[in-house]
Amino acid sequence: MALDTSTAPTASSKLVKAATSETRVARLTLIAVALGFVALFLLLPLATVFIEAFRKGPAEFATALRDPETFSAIRLTLIVAAISVPLNLVFGVAASWAIAKFEFKGKAFLTTLIDLPFSVSPVISGLVFVLLFGANSALGPFLQKHGIHILFAVPGLVLATVFVTFPFVARELIPLMQEQGTSDEEAALSLGATGWQTFWHVTLPNIKWGLLYGVLLCNARAMGEFGAVSVVSGHIRGQTNTMPLQVEILYNEYNFVAAFAVAAVLALLALVTLVLKTALEIRYSDEIAASRRH
Amino acid sequence: MAFRSSTRWRFRQPSVIPGFGLALGVTLAWLTLIVLIPLSGLIWRSTSLGWSSFMSLVLDERTVNALTISFGTAFIAAVVNLFFGVVLAWVLVRYRFPGKRVIDAMVDLPFALPTAVAGIALTALYAPNGWIGSLLEPLGIKIAFTPAGIVVALVFVGLPFVVRTVQPVMEEIDKEVEEAAATLGANRFQTISRVLLPGLLPAGLTGFALAFARGVGEYGSVIFIAGNLPYVSEIAPLLIIIRLEEFNYPAATAIATVMLFLSFIMLLVINSIQAWSRRRYSNGA
Repeated sequence: MALDTSTAPTASSKLVKAATSETRVARLTLIAVALGFVALFLLLPLATVFIEAFRKGPAEFATALRDPETFSAIRLTLIVAAISVPLNLVFGVAASWAIAKFEFKGKAFLTTLIDLPFSVSPVISGLVFVLLFGANSALGPFLQKHGIHILFAVPGLVLATVFVTFPFVARELIPLMQEQGTSDEEAALSLGATGWQTFWHVTLPNIKWGLLYGVLLCNARAMGEFGAVSVVSGHIRGQTNTMPLQVEILYNEYNFVAAFAVAAVLALLALVTLVLKTALEIRYSDEIAASRRH
Repeated sequence: MAFRSSTRWRFRQPSVIPGFGLALGVTLAWLTLIVLIPLSGLIWRSTSLGWSSFMSLVLDERTVNALTISFGTAFIAAVVNLFFGVVLAWVLVRYRFPGKRVIDAMVDLPFALPTAVAGIALTALYAPNGWIGSLLEPLGIKIAFTPAGIVVALVFVGLPFVVRTVQPVMEEIDKEVEEAAATLGANRFQTISRVLLPGLLPAGLTGFALAFARGVGEYGSVIFIAGNLPYVSEIAPLLIIIRLEEFNYPAATAIATVMLFLSFIMLLVINSIQAWSRRRYSNGA
């Protein structure tokens, strides 16, 4: 190659670059503002959780976590998430199958209804179940007579959590399945596969990473939900307190080390969620529809 | 026959794919049980209050104050997030710097971190004896246990909404648009403020509305830092809980209904911004 042809584009691209980018000072200022904002509002609070948890040393941290009430809160959180997440997983797959693979009247309206829980305050999400099952509701006397406990018990916590995490899986899968279309399924069916075979061997492998992504976000919210479960839990110590509620109780008792110790476990969970989420976004960006949306 | 069936009203288009009935059945049943019945229960309870008693509960001074504080602080926080969110998205899309990938991932922290954890962490930071609070106290600035604390918590909670709605639109911007502006004699500032930012307006507004809507209903991160003083720093969701604990179900129902109504309006606004931007920018994007 001749020398002048290799230098000419560089000179002109330098000119273009100068015309379409900011000065060095402007660039550095913007980066400083953005990073300062992130440090102040995201990194510092996160660091505070761990610093406060270990303020009196690792021994105190471990003692705080070994407390039987905290232990039962951890157990309850795991139970509630273990019930709520699979329920929403099944719902999410069914909803996205109906919405993405078929054309029917009222589809847009149905999608809006599925998104509805996102725009409801968590406190109201809990309140609706108190109004439905509480002692002065229409169902209250019936439940009381038959000894069925919904509020201030695991079923109420699960209901509130399912309500709050309702859209997560469906929201992730619907755009992904719409993008993928129906030709793979039609091919499988025309080759003689049954409906279930088509779903298990064709659709599910296509959506597995998107599904995992939705489940991950759903689980993080299910384990961390505070407002909605706070309304339905009744705060019975050692029985109906999930981890976030235990954080509140310990904090209000000025037991800061213990409160931040439980909070640190939750923060660790959040960090693991972020790492897995980012890994999925990098590795399987084509197979996750909403990698930038949520 | 064939002629008539093609023009007949159909609930769904024919398809060879099986499972429509089952999938839609499960969806509708679950949606009705978990979302629609509980929410209509709330509406039904508030209509059974009667208009005049409903209005007197809503116009109660403490309720009006709580609603004003919730909406006011959420609005300020959304404005702060709009500004810093656009700057952050710009920096993440346009510039290279060490740790960019980590910062990008960290933006989603408020989605992943339980709100109660965020609440106690922010309180520890901004309390008068905290790292930031102790720096501000000599200047006479108090954040924790004032309405300013509510704003801080809501900025944290709403941050990802603006960044994550603006970022993908920014990535789509054609470099040629900027080159055209530059060749026509615009300086860099003019290119950004007259050419690039107007294109980002719908996404920015959507992010703003999402952050605002989330902030209005937020509870967990706010109650620790707010101080919860009636008429001053008591948010509407907290007042609902207080009324519930007093077994004052009518008042709790009335406040919840107003909030629900206002968030539906927000949802409508968000949808119309998106419809508007699709109409306006569909051929340009």
